[in-house]
Amino acid sequence: MTCVPLSLEVNGERVDAHVLPRLNLADFLREHLKLTGTHVGCEHGVCGACTVRVNGEIVRSCLMLAIQMQNASVETIEGLSDSGEISDLQAAFRDRNALQCGFCTPGMLMTAQDLLKQSSMPDREQIRQHLSGNYCRCTGYQAIVDAVESTARARAGRGQ
Amino acid sequence: MTAVPLDPQAISVLDRPNSYIGKTVPRPNLDRLMQGRGLYVSDIELPRMAHVVFLRSPHAHARITGIETSAAKRMPGVIAVVTGQELAAVITPWVGVLSHLKGLKSAPQSAIAIGRVCWQGEAVAAIVAVSRAAAEDAAEHVSVVYEELDAVTDMRTALDPATPVIHPALGDNLAFERNHVAGAVGEAFAASDAVVEAEFVFGRHTGVTLEPRAVVADWNAAEARLTIYQGTQAPHMVQNIAALHLGLQESQVRVVCKDVGGSFGIKVHIYADEMATYALSKLLRRPIKFVADRIESFNTDIHARDHRCKGKIGVRRDGTITAFEMDDLTGIGPYSMYPRTSAIEANQVVNLVGGPYVTKNYRARARVAFQNKNVMCQYRAVGHPIACSVTEGLVDLAAMKIGMDPIEIRRRNLIADDAYPCASPSGLRFEQLSHHASLAKLIKMMDYDALRAEQAALRAKNIHRGIGIASFIEVTNPSAAFYGVGGAKISSQDGVAVRLDAQGAVICQTSITEQGQGSESLTAQIVGSVLGVSMDRVRVILGDTDNTPYGGGTWASRGAGIGGEAALQATKVLRRNILDVAAAILQSTPGELDIIDNSVVTAADGTPRIELKELARIVYFRPDTLPPGVQPELMTTRHFVPREYPFAFTNGVRPHGWRSTRTPASLNC
Repeated sequence: MTCVPLSLEVNGERVDAHVLPRLNLADFLREHLKLTGTHVGCEHGVCGACTVRVNGEIVRSCLMLAIQMQNASVETIEGLSDSGEISDLQAAFRDRNALQCGFCTPGMLMTAQDLLKQSSMPDREQIRQHLSGNYCRCTGYQAIVDAVESTARARAGRGQ
Repeated sequence: MTAVPLDPQAISVLDRPNSYIGKTVPRPNLDRLMQGRGLYVSDIELPRMAHVVFLRSPHAHARITGIETSAAKRMPGVIAVVTGQELAAVITPWVGVLSHLKGLKSAPQSAIAIGRVCWQGEAVAAIVAVSRAAAEDAAEHVSVVYEELDAVTDMRTALDPATPVIHPALGDNLAFERNHVAGAVGEAFAASDAVVEAEFVFGRHTGVTLEPRAVVADWNAAEARLTIYQGTQAPHMVQNIAALHLGLQESQVRVVCKDVGGSFGIKVHIYADEMATYALSKLLRRPIKFVADRIESFNTDIHARDHRCKGKIGVRRDGTITAFEMDDLTGIGPYSMYPRTSAIEANQVVNLVGGPYVTKNYRARARVAFQNKNVMCQYRAVGHPIACSVTEGLVDLAAMKIGMDPIEIRRRNLIADDAYPCASPSGLRFEQLSHHASLAKLIKMMDYDALRAEQAALRAKNIHRGIGIASFIEVTNPSAAFYGVGGAKISSQDGVAVRLDAQGAVICQTSITEQGQGSESLTAQIVGSVLGVSMDRVRVILGDTDNTPYGGGTWASRGAGIGGEAALQATKVLRRNILDVAAAILQSTPGELDIIDNSVVTAADGTPRIELKELARIVYFRPDTLPPGVQPELMTTRHFVPREYPFAFTNGVRPHGWRSTRTPASLNC
């Protein structure tokens, strides 16, 4: 197998690399770029722990190949945290204790933010629907839905 | 400083400015996890680290007649391909038994199978390479010749004489049997107005931690030390077992456990592939990483709760339960798990059936059978769901048989709230439970009578609604009675060291661990509350055998009850020591002083006297200004273990409802 060149943007930074064609995006982010906030829970697109944003859309990074990212813009939990984009959502997660072991949390936050960008005032059913592809084995989801709902309310109140 | 003058005598210890116990407070470690800055074992990389992949048996039971590894060894990136026989040079086998589980037997188990595989998923070879992908590629080139053997799969026939014996040296497939009789069961059934029998069948399941099991083992030959990074609930247990089987002293093994992506009891054990990873690091003299993939997790993480339990209950017309009887059969796979054994779950079922109820007449048998399936062992609420389902199912059947409301039969039979301390027919000692208070509260909360009325009204419209009630007891905070007395080196005590640093902040090292339960938080809550400092000034260090006191870890609801108590005791001593120094500095007496909101204050009226950071400055940098003979001790350590009762039993009651617009096939399932 031969490595192929790859150029993309990750969290706003230009990245140039040579990768094997079979390397998936999750492993590329974790092992090549050391962005270990993207977690690998099932490796077949079921658990949602590896959710990242590619060109603005959320994807399962374990189901994408790194070489599909040529010229793409990839955003991970580290990027969204450092930019402050989800600081209110993270604060709501903290207030509601919407995480225990925290392994699902980066993916959960990526998916929740995706919903909040699409819909200004989702109801609890819509929140549950949107988060249905993200497994949490600790919390029972109630507190997560609470946190997303309260963030939506707060953002709506601020006219965002 | 903005301390508000207070009258400390007038407020409860739980209502002071830095009282966090019993309050909802944000957990201190959440930002790290929410920003993707946690450190799970699967995130760890070390210099020269190699990755191991295990080739696993596709057969439930087979003789290994040959393993050919040369083609795999020639694959790119491969460092070593190691068989069970080769690995046995550095690690000894183990037998998962405990002496207090009388008669429990098991066979020696190796880190990697030698000569024979006993379940589908057992490792037969380790492939070590520069990346996991390279190791997986090479694994496809290891050829193993198997000669399939008869597999024992059904627990119901596992004990039949005609069934092959998995470990011939043991004589049969019976790993453990416990028989227990209390009271006069035969007479009680004979004197009953009704006797009901039922069989309860429970399917195997497993914990499914979102982060699979993961280990990085780093043998440093020059230091003769092994550092194990592992997502575990019991670091000191891992230290003990790794040292024991690698021929090391415990002081040569350090276990580090940072963030853990879910545990639920899955990670309270030590698995053969984890042992193999420690051994491979020693053999190859470099760091080795093993992270199970999802299929490996399903095939090799312990399973639990595969039970078939026959139950029997006797009842009089007035609702008095006269006796419980049960016969439990469970299949645990080919080996009793190590070091906690696979007999605890069935033993717990014997202990807990009938537990909430008054009757003293109880007969129980539990049999634990070997099978050629993945191992079973303790997982969240060990044995409780089995015992509770059997007990409550029987009580409901008895109520139905005599035409009594399920609440009423429980009211008439639950142990009275003023009857404690008392013992169950299986010998459990209860300090204080509250079945009746709990039941009364639940009935009020759910508005039971209204629900029953609604149920009856809906029934007329062919809408069938179910209402279920289950009372239960829960074993928590085990003492040495759980494992220690059986010879397992699993500590039932925990230790906490707490110290005031040079700027008046607090550093606390505890032997309990964090897997998301809030161990860091509860420790900081206790330390802050006892000391009178704000929680953000308390830093909790855990999950490192080199840097915490010795202790059991976090499982069986023991973190707060045992580790929390150790934190309380250690902090009380630190507080006393601080007040001694403060009294010397302020020319006062400790009894006249208190600590509130990060400052020493006058106890009588809350007047601020000296901030803790100023006290710390004097102690650490200007001890020359202290009176002669004053030697401050601003680091204290205390350990705690429950002694008076072997377990802290708790209790509860849960409602369960279902609705259906169709007539249910069965009401008593």
